[in-house]
Amino acid sequence: MPKKNSIKKVLVIGSGPIIIGQAAEFDYAGTQACRSLKEEGVEVILVNSNPATIMTDKNIADKVYIEPLNAEVLKKIILKEEPDSILPTLGGQAALNIAMELDESGFLKENRVERIGTSSLTIKRAEDRLAFKEAMEKINEPVAESDVCTTLQGCIDFAEKIGYPVVIRPAYTLGGSGGGIAYDQDQLREIASNGLRLSRVGEVLVERYIGGWKEIEYEVIRDSYGNCITVCNMENIDPVGVHTGDSIVVAPSQTLADKEYQMLRTSALKIITELGIQGGCNVQYALNPDSFEYCVIEVNPRVSRSSALASKATGYPIAKVAAKIALGYALDEIKNAVTGKTFASFEPALDYVVVKIPKWPFDKFISAKRTLTTQMKATGEVMSICPNFEGALMKALRSLEQNIYSLKYGDFDQLSDVELEERLHRIDDHRLFYIAEAIRRGRDLASIHEINKIDMWFLNKIKNLVDMEKRLETEPMTVELMQEAKRLEFPDKAIGALTHMSEAEVRAYRYKNDITAAFKMVDTCAAEFESETPYYYSCFGSANEVDPGDGMKKKVLVLGSGPIRIGQGIEFDYCSVHSVWALSEAGYETIIINNNPETVSTDFDIADKLYFEPLTPEDVENIVRLEKPDGAVVQFGGQTAIKLTEAIMKMGVPILGTSSDDVDAAEDRERFDEILEKCNIPRPAGTTVFTTEEALKAAEELGYPVLVRPSYVLGGQGMQIAVSDGDIVEFMNIINRDVQEHPILIDKYLMGQEVEVDGVCDGHDILIPGIMEHIERAGVHSGDSISVYPAQSLSDDVIQTLEDYTGRLARALHVKGLLNIQFIVHEEKVYVIEVNPRSSRTVPYISKVTGIPIVDIASKVIVGKTIRELGYTPGLQKKSDYIAIKQPVFSFEKLRGAEISLGPEMKSTGEVLGISKDFHEALYKSFLGAGVDLPRTKKMICTVKDSDKEELIPIAKRFAEIGYTIYATRSTAKALNDHGVPAIKINKISAGSPNVLDLILAGEVDLVIDTPTQGRVKSRDGFLIRRNAIETGVTCLTSLDTAKALLTSLETGDKSNLSIVDIAQI
Amino acid sequence: MRAFLILADGTVFEGKAIGARKEVISEIVFNTSMTGYLEILTDASYAGQAVVMTYPLIGNYGVAYEDMEDDRPWADGFIVRELSRHPSNFRNTSSLEQFLIDNDIPGIEGIDTRALTKILRSQGTMNGMITTDENYDLEEVLPKIQAFKAKDVVYRVSCPEKYKYSDGKYKVALMDFGAKQNILRELAKRDCQIQVYPAGTTAEEIIQDAPDGIMLSNGPGDPQDCGEIIKNVKKLFESGIPMFGICLGHQLLALANGSDTRKMKWGHRGVNHPVKDLASGRVYISTQNHGYVVADKTVPEDVAEVSFINANDGSTEGLHYLGKNVFTVQFHPEACGGPQDTGFLFDKFIQMMEVAKDA
Repeated sequence: MPKKNSIKKVLVIGSGPIIIGQAAEFDYAGTQACRSLKEEGVEVILVNSNPATIMTDKNIADKVYIEPLNAEVLKKIILKEEPDSILPTLGGQAALNIAMELDESGFLKENRVERIGTSSLTIKRAEDRLAFKEAMEKINEPVAESDVCTTLQGCIDFAEKIGYPVVIRPAYTLGGSGGGIAYDQDQLREIASNGLRLSRVGEVLVERYIGGWKEIEYEVIRDSYGNCITVCNMENIDPVGVHTGDSIVVAPSQTLADKEYQMLRTSALKIITELGIQGGCNVQYALNPDSFEYCVIEVNPRVSRSSALASKATGYPIAKVAAKIALGYALDEIKNAVTGKTFASFEPALDYVVVKIPKWPFDKFISAKRTLTTQMKATGEVMSICPNFEGALMKALRSLEQNIYSLKYGDFDQLSDVELEERLHRIDDHRLFYIAEAIRRGRDLASIHEINKIDMWFLNKIKNLVDMEKRLETEPMTVELMQEAKRLEFPDKAIGALTHMSEAEVRAYRYKNDITAAFKMVDTCAAEFESETPYYYSCFGSANEVDPGDGMKKKVLVLGSGPIRIGQGIEFDYCSVHSVWALSEAGYETIIINNNPETVSTDFDIADKLYFEPLTPEDVENIVRLEKPDGAVVQFGGQTAIKLTEAIMKMGVPILGTSSDDVDAAEDRERFDEILEKCNIPRPAGTTVFTTEEALKAAEELGYPVLVRPSYVLGGQGMQIAVSDGDIVEFMNIINRDVQEHPILIDKYLMGQEVEVDGVCDGHDILIPGIMEHIERAGVHSGDSISVYPAQSLSDDVIQTLEDYTGRLARALHVKGLLNIQFIVHEEKVYVIEVNPRSSRTVPYISKVTGIPIVDIASKVIVGKTIRELGYTPGLQKKSDYIAIKQPVFSFEKLRGAEISLGPEMKSTGEVLGISKDFHEALYKSFLGAGVDLPRTKKMICTVKDSDKEELIPIAKRFAEIGYTIYATRSTAKALNDHGVPAIKINKISAGSPNVLDLILAGEVDLVIDTPTQGRVKSRDGFLIRRNAIETGVTCLTSLDTAKALLTSLETGDKSNLSIVDIAQI
Repeated sequence: MRAFLILADGTVFEGKAIGARKEVISEIVFNTSMTGYLEILTDASYAGQAVVMTYPLIGNYGVAYEDMEDDRPWADGFIVRELSRHPSNFRNTSSLEQFLIDNDIPGIEGIDTRALTKILRSQGTMNGMITTDENYDLEEVLPKIQAFKAKDVVYRVSCPEKYKYSDGKYKVALMDFGAKQNILRELAKRDCQIQVYPAGTTAEEIIQDAPDGIMLSNGPGDPQDCGEIIKNVKKLFESGIPMFGICLGHQLLALANGSDTRKMKWGHRGVNHPVKDLASGRVYISTQNHGYVVADKTVPEDVAEVSFINANDGSTEGLHYLGKNVFTVQFHPEACGGPQDTGFLFDKFIQMMEVAKDA
C-alpha cells in the first residue's frame, strides 16, 4: 500500500536536553526519521530544545525550532506552521508526554493536525499502569502482581498485602526516575512519596518484586496493516532489579532455548497487536530462570535506548522504518537498506554477539551511591561486536576509556576475603571485577550465582577470561596461546602486562606469526544474502572480508568520541558527523571509528565506512593496517580522539589539521607560556607541579585561592578551587590516584567574567563566528555556566582585544581547523585561561545561532581550502540579531548522594537553548527549556556563605519585590533583615524541627539559593539542603550569578506570549 | 583433535573435532537460526545433509530432550563456530557435545562459519566431508565428495509401520515423510485422532481408513525422487478428503498436479523468512527448511493458485487448490524452532475438516 498522500508537512518533536535516561539515542532516531521523511518528499518541522543535536540542523529538517519543549510552545509552532501531522514517537518520553497533552486537550483536532505513528490511545494503554494491566489481562499476558496507588497509604496497604520487597515505579517518568525497590515500610515511604511527586499524574505502581529473574527485551515493529516482526531480542546479564539502562546487555539472548525465545516473541507480537502500535516498540520481560513462568515488565510504545541498541546490533534501522510506517507504508514495501534485496518485513539474523556496557558518571560524582537499582544512573554506553561473548565483553570494557584492558582492573586484589565477600553482594559498576577476583581466588561459580543470580553461562564466560589471564601468566608463550588470547580479545597491552612482555613485543610476536585482526560485515542476514553495507567489526582467527578499495579516492579516518559522558557529550558526535559530511563533499572517502550505539555517527549511512570498534591505539591500528588512510582527523572527536593523536602518527598516518606538536604546545605549560609571552598576552599567574610538596609551595607563592587541575583533560575533570593547604593535599591525592603522565597545573584563581571564543583558522586567516560570555563568574566550569551569545557586557575595547588575541594565538599555534579559547576579563583586562586547538562543546550552539557551519569550514580548511575560498570574510563576524542563551541541564535527581554545587569540575549532562531578539526572553526561555518553571509557591530559602551575604541583599530584595517570601538561616536572615529585606529566620537542620529541611520536604518552597563554602570542607547541612531540594524537585541554585539571571528573567518579559524562532532562517 | 571440512570445490577448513569421531560425506547446508539447534538436528528433513549454524555460539542452553523433533537426530554432521562447553538452562540435561557423541554424529567447530556460508551462498549448496584424517588426499577424496547423493531418504526417515499417535474428534491420516513432532503435537492439541502412515503406504489403504483429513508432512531430499509416493498423493488428492501439506508434502502434491520443482542455489533455512499471504496482504515470519521449491509459473492455473509468496525473493510459498479443500505451504507453520506466527493454518485445516464433516 502506498504512502498516505494527505501527509505533506510533519511536525517532529525531539527529546530535549541530554539527561540520564535520555541521551543521544533520540538524536539518532530523530535524525534518521527526519531524513526518512524528507526522502519521501515530506516537509519536516522540527522542535527540540537541545542545540547540540544533529537533528536540529537545517539540512535535516526544513524548519527548525530550538525552543523549550512544552505544550504552549508547541501550540504556537503548530499555529504558525500549520503542519498536517505530528510525529511524537521518536523523541522519547518528553515528546510523547507533550503530544498526549496536546491531543487530550483537543488542540490537535481543532487545528486539524493528525497524529501519525502510534496513537494517543495506544500510548495511554501502554503507559498508564492500570490501562496497561487491563490490556494485558485481556490477552492473558501475565504481569507482576501490582497496584496503582495515588497515595502513600495506598502504597503501604498494598505492599503489606503482597509482602515485601516491592518495586515502586512512577507513571510517565523516564529512566525509572523516582522508582526503587523497598524492602520495608521505611524504604517504601521514602521511595513512594518521591515517586508520587515525580509522576506527571501523581501515580505510582507498587509491584511484586521479581528480582533475580532473567530480564529479556524484545524490539518489535508493526505497521498499520498489522504486520509485525521482532527486530532483535536482548538479554540483560544483570537480572531484574537493575535498570536495563544500567545493565550489561547482550544480543541476541544467550541462555534461552528456542521454546522460551519463541514464547516471549509470540507474547511480544500479541502485545504490540493488542495495543495497536504503529512503529517501533520495546517489550521488557522478567523470565523465571527455573520455569517457563514470565511476566511483562513494561512496554515502551516508541523508539528508545534499546531500539537504538537493537538497530546498531542488527543493522536494522528501526527509527527509519518507523517513520515510513507513520507515512502509511507496509513493512514489505520498505527496502532493507543493508541488503538492498530484502525488505523491512524480515527478522535480522546475527552471526556475532553484541555486548553493551553502560558508562557511569561516578568518576565525576565521587560521593554518589554507585549501587545499581531500578533508577538508571548511566550517562551513556558502549557497544561491541565479536563472534564470541568473551571477546565482545573485552572489547566493550576497553571502549569505556577507563583504562580497563582486562578483568584485572583496580586494586580489588588487595581486598581481604571478607571484604571481597561483602563486595560480591554489592551490585555496582565494579561488579564484574569483584566476580573475576572471586573466581581468581578459586570461588566456585554456583556460590557466586547464589549471591547475584547472574546466569551461570555468563559466569562461566567470565571464568574463561580469568583462566586465560592465568594461562598467560604461567604458560610459556606459544602461537596457539597467543591465537586463543587474541580470539578472546585480550589487547596487546593486557597480554604484555600478564606475560611481562612490552606491548611492542607482543605486537611483534603476533605479526611474526600472522595473528592479526580480520574484519567482518554486519549485514542483518548472517551472510544469507549478498550485501554491501559498509558496517564492520573486527575479530581474530577469521578470514577478512573487507575490501580496502582501489585507492582511487583519498581516504580520511575520522575518530569518533566514544560513549556520552559528562564533559564529552553529543556535541562531539555532532562535530564528527559534520566533518564526515564535509570531507565527503570535498571528495574524500570517509572512514569513521566509534563505539557508541546511541549516536548518529554510528549509523551505517553516515560515513563511507563505519568500523564499530574500541578507540584504543591497537584497535585503530588494526583498521589502519587494512585501510591505509591518507590522513586522520582527530580534532572533532573530543578528548577520545585527541588522545590517539600520537599513536596514529606512529602508525605513519598524517594528522590533518593542527599538528600534534602544536596541540602539545597549547597543553604544555612551559611551551604555552613561551607562546603567550611571544604574543604578549597575559594569563593568570601559575605553575606546574608533580608532587604535593611542589603544589603547596606553588600555592603559597601565588596566594589562595588557586585552581588545581591535571593538564590534558577536557571538561575540567579533576579541577578544584583550593582555599587552604588542606585542600591542596586532598586534591593532589585524588589526582595522583592515577599515575599522571603530564604535570598538574596550579593557577591563581581570578574571579572575573568568563568569555569563550570558537574559531576556525586556515593557517593565515581566522574566522570567529561570535563571542560568548558566561553568566557565572570564573570558577564555575564553562560547561556548567549559562552562556550568552552575543556577549552583552563587554566593552568594544575588550571585544577588540579578544579578537586580536584569538588571531595571535591561532597563528602562533599554527592552528588549522577549529580552536576554542577561554578568557577571563578581570577589571577590563583580558587573560587567557586555556586554548584548545580542536572542537568544543559550544561548536553546535554557535554554528546554529550564527548560521555559520564552522565544522564544515574547519573540515575543508584542514584538507587545504582557505576561509576566503570557502566564501567567508575572516575576522569576528557581525553580531546576530538574535540572542541565544545556552543553559546547562543537570541530572542530579538521578544520582543519589551526588554533590550538586557548581565548581570548576563539570557536572551537567546536557544543555538547552533559549533564543529571542530580546535578552530577557531568551533567558526566560532557556530556564524554561531546562525545566525551571517558576514561580509556583513563591516561597524560597536563602542560605549563603558569609562572603556572599552582601551580594545577596539586592538579589533577595528583588525576589521579595516580585512577591517571594524569603526564609533564611540565622546569619543569612540577620544580614537580610539588617538591610531591610524581610526574611523569616528558620533553624538549621542541626537545630531540630521545624527547620529548613522540613520546609523543603513539605513542598512549601519552589526555590533554594544555597552557596556552599569554597574548598574542601562543605557543611553537612548545606549538602543535605541541596540534596533534599533536588530530590524533591525544588530548583536549587548554588551560584548567585545564576540566581540573579533567573531573577532577571522572572522580572521581565511577557511569558504569556513567547516568540518562536525558526533557526533554519538564520 | 584436529578436524577438517573439505568442500567439493577443494576448499578446506581446519577446526576441532566435536561429537563422534567418524568421517562423513554429506550435502553441506547452512541455517541462520540463532536458537533451536536441537530441533534442527532432529528434523528429518536434514537427513542426508550436514548443517552449518551461522550463529557462532551453539549449545548455550544444552539439550532438553523434550525439544526433539524426532526420537533421534537426522543430520549427518554438525558444523559450528563455537560449541558451548558450559550450557545453562533450567531444562538442560546434557551437553550438546555429549548428545552428538551419543548419537554418533560427527562435527567440527572452530571454523569461520561466516566464510563458509559465503561460499555456499555464492557458489550454491555443495557436498563436503568432515574428517579427522590429517593425511587426507584431496585427489582421492574430492571425486567421492562430488559423487555423493542422498538416496531414498524419505523411506529412511519415515516410520516403519503405521501407528496411532493420539485420540480425538478429527481423524487425521498423516503421511510421514519425516514428520516433525510438532506437526503431530499441533494437531493433537486441536483434538485430532492421528494415524501415522509410512511413506510407502498406498492411497487405497489410507482412504479405506476413512480419515476426516490428510496431512502431508515435511521431509528430506529431492521431491522428484519420490515417484511412487507422488502417484499415491495424486490419488489421495482425488479422493476429495481435506488435505494440508507442509514442505515436502507441499512439493509432492504440486508435482502430482503437474507442477515442476527446482533446486534452489542455497535454499531457505532459518526462522526469519517473511511469507506474504496474497489474499490478505499480511506478511508473517516463518520457519523454513527447503532446498527445493515449486518452480514459478509451473502450477497449472486451473488446478491451483499461489496463496503465499516469499516476501524476499518472490518464490512460491503456498498453494491453494481450486475447488478443493486442499492447501499446502512450503514453510513450517509448526515452527519448532522458530516463530509461531502461522500456527493458524492448523486451525484452518481443522475448520476444513469440520465443514467437510458437516457436509
